[in-house]
Amino acid sequence: MTTVDELVWLYAIRLGGLDAPAGPGVDGEPPRLVIEGDLVAVVGTVVARRFDEAALAASMEDLGRLEGLARAHHAVVVEAGRERPTAPVSLATLYRDDAAVRRLLADRSADLLRVLRRVAGHREWGVKVYVGPEVAQEAAALPAPDAGRPGTSYLLRRRETRDRDGRRREHARESAESLHAALVERSAAAHRFTLQDARLSGRAEEMVLNAGYLVADEREEAFRAAVAESAPEGIRVELTGPWPAFSFTDWEQP
Amino acid sequence: MTSGGLPVPGRTARPPDTHRQESTNLADILERVLDKGIVIAGDIRVNVLDIELLTIKIRLLVASVDKAREMGIDWWEHDTSLSSGNGSGDGASPASLAEENRRLRERIEALEAGTVAELEEGDADEVDEGEDEPVEEEPVRRTAARRPQGRRR
Repeated sequence: MTTVDELVWLYAIRLGGLDAPAGPGVDGEPPRLVIEGDLVAVVGTVVARRFDEAALAASMEDLGRLEGLARAHHAVVVEAGRERPTAPVSLATLYRDDAAVRRLLADRSADLLRVLRRVAGHREWGVKVYVGPEVAQEAAALPAPDAGRPGTSYLLRRRETRDRDGRRREHARESAESLHAALVERSAAAHRFTLQDARLSGRAEEMVLNAGYLVADEREEAFRAAVAESAPEGIRVELTGPWPAFSFTDWEQP
Repeated sequence: MTSGGLPVPGRTARPPDTHRQESTNLADILERVLDKGIVIAGDIRVNVLDIELLTIKIRLLVASVDKAREMGIDWWEHDTSLSSGNGSGDGASPASLAEENRRLRERIEALEAGTVAELEEGDADEVDEGEDEPVEEEPVRRTAARRPQGRRR
């Protein structure tokens, strides 16, 4: 299926399903399937000179190209997983030809089936929690400026602001932890990502929780309700997803 | 489109997977596709974790390239080893890496300085002004922005 000028990009492995997902893939190619028993690999044929080791390393260093690769990979994984239990594969997993993919499916079939059984009937949801905005009565509670002692007055106001920021952050962390605990109860598994810096999250507020949850379909409603009801004053909750089960496909997990 | 919005409770039907590519936060995608998913040794070896510069950039990156430009984080456009217009594919010579590191450091410092300059000016003023009442001395608050965001070499 491939020539020496081509490589095989692996997107996802799923249980059955004989329709190839919609594309385009990372190289603009239509995704296709490599099948071995019950296991179906969703792959794409890509041009070797754009995806060999050197080219790929260069692409990974270029934000624009990395974004393009990541979004295209993610989009195909989403399409691939609409109907069938699907395990996403990490970005930039490439094989010389279909035979190598077929070998992988055969050699690791027990592990793959175990992973697929775990994610079957589940989807991944992301929850990010930020320190909430200042509430109005807090701002009103600031000591009034004292024209007679501007320095002290300024300092007192600054200190009050600082203390209040600290309390708000502490409160937000506690709220985020209790939300996390509630969500863990409603999910099959949870994974905490590194908190995103403001420059990465694109939000001015400090992030206090960044987590993914593997939620059974029949518990989605309860999970989403818990998120919706959890937004008390002082935190801002953002739900993302559903995601393909990226965070719950480690081989090592039981 | 569910990403970024609050959930709608009470829905019984399973909502569809409708990630609109453009609207999904790049950082959220990257932390999944780079760090997660099934990790298998392919025939082509690209160890993402070995690309230290990449991790530095991702830490600095914002939700999208456009957003980054808005915030003035656009150094990759000036970096010949990074810009796609000049991407020869072997931009990782020691000299260009050193040069890029230098630019990164300057960029980080500029960002940090910009973020905390106002606060520090305020703190400096307090020392002189707080004379008519005893005022506890407080340490300058270390903001998140003062911490180095990437590993420096």
